[in-house]
Amino acid sequence: MTTTPARLVRADPGPPYEITFDGRPVPALPGQSIAAALWAAGILAWRTTRDSGAPRGAFCGIGACHDCLATVNGRPNRRACLVPARPGDVITTQKGTGHDDLAV
Amino acid sequence: MPTGNPRGPLDAVIVGAGVVGAACAHYASRAGLAVAVVDRGSVAGGTTGAGEGNLLVSDKEAGPELDLALLSTRLWRELADDLPPEAEYEPKGGLVVAPDETALGALRDFAAAQRKAGVETHEVPSHALHDLEPHLAPGLAGGFHYPQDAQVQPARAAAQLLASARRSGAVVHLGEEVTGFLAHPDGTLRGVRTPHRELHAPAVVNATGTWAGDLARLAGTHLPVHPRRGFVLVTEPLPRVVRHKVYAADYISDVASGSADLQSSAVVEGTPAGPVLIGATRERVGFDRTLSAEALRRLAHQAAALFPVLAGVRAIRTYHGFRPYLPDHLPAIGPDPRVPGLFHACGHEGAGIGLAPATGLLTAAVLTGDQPALDLRPFRPERFDQAGAAQ
Repeated sequence: MTTTPARLVRADPGPPYEITFDGRPVPALPGQSIAAALWAAGILAWRTTRDSGAPRGAFCGIGACHDCLATVNGRPNRRACLVPARPGDVITTQKGTGHDDLAV
Repeated sequence: MPTGNPRGPLDAVIVGAGVVGAACAHYASRAGLAVAVVDRGSVAGGTTGAGEGNLLVSDKEAGPELDLALLSTRLWRELADDLPPEAEYEPKGGLVVAPDETALGALRDFAAAQRKAGVETHEVPSHALHDLEPHLAPGLAGGFHYPQDAQVQPARAAAQLLASARRSGAVVHLGEEVTGFLAHPDGTLRGVRTPHRELHAPAVVNATGTWAGDLARLAGTHLPVHPRRGFVLVTEPLPRVVRHKVYAADYISDVASGSADLQSSAVVEGTPAGPVLIGATRERVGFDRTLSAEALRRLAHQAAALFPVLAGVRAIRTYHGFRPYLPDHLPAIGPDPRVPGLFHACGHEGAGIGLAPATGLLTAAVLTGDQPALDLRPFRPERFDQAGAAQ
């Protein structure tokens, strides 16, 4: 039998629900962070840096490094590794500060 | 115990590696003096590192402090040509706004006197405010634009000034506290003592900012420098949403006030790194480092009143520092006649970053015996003594 993280901790999550990432449906389990759901779907990057536009995703995974910032339901700079995925959440790739619309 | 300077005798010891000490070292070294800088902490470890980097003429009424600020404005512009871009010098200009006609009238009188003293400023009618600052709140009565206002990253600017001094031969001793003064039998100073060495020099410059009263006491004299606490609120990184240093007219009266109570009026500015800085509160509570939710609440409220767009962005952190406050809001610059060999360059309150180059230039002139570029009498360190005040 394959060992999975869920088996290791004898997790028994409820049924999965759907979130979206840049319009694409992604399954998420109750209790999963957004970063975990995205990783489980093979998505590793959901932000581009301010200066060079380099891709970024989860790095520390524990809320310290702020590398995993994403735009969640229209609100930028959410730490994907800490924010729990909720049914219907709309995750979009955050470009730079996520506030480009405010530039003057 | 090692003594003196391996490179030869020192002309001056500068105590304090904040922006003022660094500027003194820069200008004194450039004038050919052999100087040592000593600080018990790190470069910009005190008030310099806790500032916003305001280089303002706009908030200063016509008088000695404004003259100092105008000289500094010219010097910062010269320095900016030599300092690396990391110092983040930005000649962005300031915009002071008035909520109503009464405030605008007061601002108009204030600006007229400043203009006579050499400040560049022009009135911006209400309808033109948004050309300068598109995100500014509607309904303001008008304002004044001050093209000479600028901004710098204070810790980096101090470090660069110190690096420049070192290239001219200055030596820097960090993490060494001055524990005593060395004096000739007649009381004239001949240097300082630290736990690691004696530094021998005929001049000691007190550039210890908010702690300058303590160093003066150690030298056997008196300077009534008190801490005036200020909080700064930092937003998440943003694209450029604020172009100038923007603040409401009541900031000017807060700066000029001597009250110990909490005062707050938002000064809002963007930074090259992205975060918007929102300063600045003022209160006299000693060296109390406790976070004040009330101070931060007021800053956030006032900033959002000026720029409603800020209500929708997050404040990610705050920092605070202690401005070196002297009772008449003027710094102490020049020789201390009560202790021959002691010079002061301190007590700039919230304007130390801006006023540092002029202070450094004037101090260098005093040390070399040249004619200072400004009359130093308003800055006499002994002016708070009864005898000094009578002069």
